[in-house]
Amino acid sequence: MNVNITLKLFAQYRDDRFKVEERVYKCGTTPQDIMDELGITEHMLPLGVLMVNSKHGKEDYVLQEGDILSLFPKVGGG
Amino acid sequence: MADMIYRVNMADLSFKIEEVPADWMGLGGRGLTSTIVAAEVDPECHALGPNNKMVFAPGLLSGTSAANSGRNSLGAKSPLTGGIKESNVGGTIAGVMAKLGVKALIIEGIPEDDSTFYHLHVSKDSVIIEAVPELVGKDNYFVLDAMKEKYNKKVAVMTIGRPGEMKMLVSNISVRDPKGKLRSHGRGGLGAVMGSKKIKCITVDAEKYKEVTYADSDKFKEASKVFTKALQDNPISGEGLPAFGTNVLVNIINEAGGLPSHNFRSGNSANAEDICGETMAENIKERGGSTTHGCHSGCVIQCSQTYNDKEGNYLTSGFEYEMIWAFGANLGIDDLDMIAKIDALMDDLGVDAIELGVCLGLAVDAGILEYGDGKETYRLIKDELANGTPIGRILGSGTGNLGKIYGLVRVPVIKNQAIPAYEPRAIKGQGITYVTTPMGADHTAGYAVATNILNTGGFIDPLKKEGQVELARNLQIASAAVDSTGMCIFVAFPALDDPTCLPALIDMLNARFGIALTGDDVVNLGSTILKTERAFNIKAGLNSADDRAPEFMKYEKLPPHDAVWDFTNEEIDEFWNF
Repeated sequence: MNVNITLKLFAQYRDDRFKVEERVYKCGTTPQDIMDELGITEHMLPLGVLMVNSKHGKEDYVLQEGDILSLFPKVGGG
Repeated sequence: MADMIYRVNMADLSFKIEEVPADWMGLGGRGLTSTIVAAEVDPECHALGPNNKMVFAPGLLSGTSAANSGRNSLGAKSPLTGGIKESNVGGTIAGVMAKLGVKALIIEGIPEDDSTFYHLHVSKDSVIIEAVPELVGKDNYFVLDAMKEKYNKKVAVMTIGRPGEMKMLVSNISVRDPKGKLRSHGRGGLGAVMGSKKIKCITVDAEKYKEVTYADSDKFKEASKVFTKALQDNPISGEGLPAFGTNVLVNIINEAGGLPSHNFRSGNSANAEDICGETMAENIKERGGSTTHGCHSGCVIQCSQTYNDKEGNYLTSGFEYEMIWAFGANLGIDDLDMIAKIDALMDDLGVDAIELGVCLGLAVDAGILEYGDGKETYRLIKDELANGTPIGRILGSGTGNLGKIYGLVRVPVIKNQAIPAYEPRAIKGQGITYVTTPMGADHTAGYAVATNILNTGGFIDPLKKEGQVELARNLQIASAAVDSTGMCIFVAFPALDDPTCLPALIDMLNARFGIALTGDDVVNLGSTILKTERAFNIKAGLNSADDRAPEFMKYEKLPPHDAVWDFTNEEIDEFWNF
């Protein structure tokens, strides 16, 4: 069984990657799995904010069919 | 020589230089302006009448070698909110004032002869006040050029354009930055107060000054190094802000469902990708220009930028998130270059981008304009507002007044000041700051977005009420203290996450003045400032009933989270229990 996920990247995470992609993952995939796949690690611009369907989420959440996962490095302004 | 108070009376065009009263000695920036306004301005006075005063004060660390210490505060009674106002700005003014030994510049009275405007030139031991009929009816860059020609050297300049002369409530006071561009004392209609005093511009001599003194120069240098390192090592102040500017927020606030769009009808904007910081940075890379630019000397964050058009010609600088939000998401203009043109126009005229942007978003409800019509927006500002036509005057009166004139209910103001860039229903901690701050809806007063959205200083769920009042209170107390040091508010990002940052800031204060402040003293300073400002507002007639969000936010659900403003009055009023 697979799940369809919309994956959105922002700020420096877009460099050499992409803005948005529709991707298919196997059931049980977590945001951490996807970050590992993308090479987003503590050593290279650690994760700032992770959102699932416009709400703050955790790296070990199990992604569901149709989820929108958004990943941001630390950003700020005001 | 000790720092002095420079006092100008516009009623008889006189000035005097006074010693600093002992009670004011330890204060600077917002702490000093709010203390002086509370002590000397009748809270019931008409903000545009003879009894209001303008108080300019550099921060406690302004003029020193400390990074990011170049913010200057201006205090007065606001003609927009009817309460006390402190607005701080970058540019060159704070450092120059501090080095001249000007603890505060207080301007009172109104000239009897109101047929012209005046130029104030502040230098060592004197203030020259002279009529400048040749500048009347001119806008900010004309004034900057005239001052450059007149002095043939670098002077700090503060100026108003035509909207300020006309005492419009959207008018601001513009300040020259190190590259000759403009920064603004943006909010609360302070340009109108300057206009009411018939002051077109103020210059401060940047040459004949002394260097600021340090009680312990070595300790200052040591603390300053730690502080600068904290700013540079922080991923937000050290990397994100220089790369994308404050406009990096468009996407994250949009993703969180808190980006007010089409006059606060949704928390998402279809235009986000067109106007976001990433698109802006791409355009800058392709077209030339620069992603980094400091609004004041000594800034190591460099969040500002130079933005060019497709042909590589300069369009604007200081192109900030809140302005881009107001015109891009709230008013629906999807062309970033058009928004940049509007930004440059508003810089030259001297109007508050948030107040006017939100007002124009409401103007769609009034039938004056359509969403996304950048050309008509530009025309309304350039031809109507700047020329003071009847519709221009109405728009120039701000969001709250436009709503009253057109009988509108969905009017996004608090204490009559337009709500900026972060939806109170979906970012509830920020909403609490908006309703409680004595300034009227002001995002810088206590930036709860940091902890609600950006995972800075921990995380408190933006959609829930729990913890928001305490968060907003702590941030407002800290911000009031930081606003007294002359520090840029973005030092808050490292201060919230890096344990070396705040102690280094306190060490710098101690080494500069030979004192022994503790963290508790700084918290007490912030608390005292807030209470002083609140007491002024209560005497001015603003009470708990004014600490409220617009009613429509209580019953109208905001997509995508269907969020409503659900705090009870008792929950909000708990804010002041400290």
